[in-house]
Amino acid sequence: MKTEASAPAAETAATSQGSALAAARAGRRLEPRSMVRPAVIAALLACVLLFVPSIFSLYYVDAWTQVAIYSIVTLGLGLLVGRVGMVSLGQGAVLAMGAWVSARLLFATGLPFPLVLLAGGLITMVLGTLVGLPALRMSGLYLALITLMLAGAITVVLQNINFPNGGHGFTGYNASTVHIPPIRRPAIAASDPAFFRYSVVVAILMFLLVLVHLRGRPGRAWAAIRQSEAASLAGGINTTLFKLWAFALASFITGIAGGLVAGSFRYLNSLTFSTADSITLLAVVLMGGAYSMTGAIVAAFLLKFLQALLNDWGVSPDWLTILFGIGVLQVLTTAPRGIVEQMPKDLARLGRLIRGLLGRPTTTRESAE
Amino acid sequence: MISVSDLTVRFGGVTPLDRMTVNFERGTCGLIGPNGAGKTTFFNVLSGFVRPVEGTVHAFDEDLLKMTHYRRARWGVRRTFQTEQAIEELSVYDNVAMIHEHSKMTGGSRREDVLGAIEFVKLDIDPYAKVGSLGAAQRRLVEVARAVVGKPRLVLLDEPAAGLPDEETALLGDVIRAIPEHMGALVILVDHDMSLVSHCCEVTAVLDFGKLLASGPTEEVLRDERVIRAYLGTEEIAA
Repeated sequence: MKTEASAPAAETAATSQGSALAAARAGRRLEPRSMVRPAVIAALLACVLLFVPSIFSLYYVDAWTQVAIYSIVTLGLGLLVGRVGMVSLGQGAVLAMGAWVSARLLFATGLPFPLVLLAGGLITMVLGTLVGLPALRMSGLYLALITLMLAGAITVVLQNINFPNGGHGFTGYNASTVHIPPIRRPAIAASDPAFFRYSVVVAILMFLLVLVHLRGRPGRAWAAIRQSEAASLAGGINTTLFKLWAFALASFITGIAGGLVAGSFRYLNSLTFSTADSITLLAVVLMGGAYSMTGAIVAAFLLKFLQALLNDWGVSPDWLTILFGIGVLQVLTTAPRGIVEQMPKDLARLGRLIRGLLGRPTTTRESAE
Repeated sequence: MISVSDLTVRFGGVTPLDRMTVNFERGTCGLIGPNGAGKTTFFNVLSGFVRPVEGTVHAFDEDLLKMTHYRRARWGVRRTFQTEQAIEELSVYDNVAMIHEHSKMTGGSRREDVLGAIEFVKLDIDPYAKVGSLGAAQRRLVEVARAVVGKPRLVLLDEPAAGLPDEETALLGDVIRAIPEHMGALVILVDHDMSLVSHCCEVTAVLDFGKLLASGPTEEVLRDERVIRAYLGTEEIAA
């Protein structure tokens, strides 16, 4: 309804707008946040936890474990790229640091696995935030390049000191060891299926951690920074603090993922991680959809499950690189919000097309004509 | 009350503000001038994006220029930009709450303040609707709500009605007029729409080439021959 701008009409305006606002004031939403979505997600996760290990062979259970672990990494990168607008090509190296720190702690200490994960996450958080420091001065291509160079530098360092294998000293590397002990796993998750479940649970916790951030003060500040740094400064946001906060959070969860990588591979060496991983990570994050949390899962699926599938079929993994290249081009030109948002639209379009071919005009077509 | 004296800004050989001296006392004050007169540069100085080479700005007896930009917002400076900056990804509520949680000037609970600001700008919509789903006029109102939430002291509105049809501009004008009384802030309004300026502002200052050309009651200022000449660009002929 339209209200006149005159003074007497102001009162009627106040009562008419009471509808939406009064409801909000009373703590109700006009459209209450549906509980269906969380319930469906919880049910899906329960199915995954229960049935994946029994349906799939050990080979694919391991692939799903990698999907769970890498979804944490893509979640972190998606946070930086999609939510804050900082393109980092250094997350692969941050993951490697997390794996290194956790592997070292697992060999050197008798700490329980969850504590090692936490400590690895915290140490990686400090190191990863250092990688993010250039973001305070640079953005866009320059930030991407400098983080890529830092990733390269970290990879070189890790190649030279190598990953811990149970030796003595700070690095824990002993080249002459004949019998190399595997990296310790938690007692409750010694077998592969159990470790799969363990990884999924940790991933769920990390997703919840990020969700809490996105729903709260940091999430709002990040959205403001992504839209306009000047406007967020004018709004009183300490952009330096919140950019570093984003890098800290992304590095923390990536560090946790690194600990899981150490536990799942059981033997790490410098070939496990390469600088190119960081670039591939960004490619799959863009394809999956950097703006949503589901996108992170799709990205991890593209990265790790497709890899396992092609491996199983005996197809060269180089095809995957080509596929990702085409995929990124496709996404950037036609679906900037990634597969998670494009797929439902395309399926709906396909559905309409098929119904059209079958000769049954749909309601949407009728209304369009 | 904000008093500006001898404010000078230089970008290389260009001097967008040239020893500008003006006082804004209270209420809603207009700031007008032809394109390039220095209005937005003046706002950028107030919000801390541009550092002047000379001059002082005292707002409510505090030296504004000494504060870093995000601290000015906490102290109570709010602004809108020529291009609308409401955040699409967030709901109306979150857009306003975001400004509130970074301001130190809060009175009641966040919920009350935020919903109060949304109500004040007469936005009759679900506060949990995403800003991306709103029309241009509603987004402008969200921006105004962001500018008035949580007891600001100084509200700078940079062409808030740009691109709006007359009917919606009039509604926006009513909201802007009510800010000083309801929110207790000093408002400076920059706009090219003279009917909006005369509707909202009792006093108006006119900038031309970075200098104060005239200031005083809006009606008199708009009738001032020098002001008319500056807008029509016939100053040389008159001289």
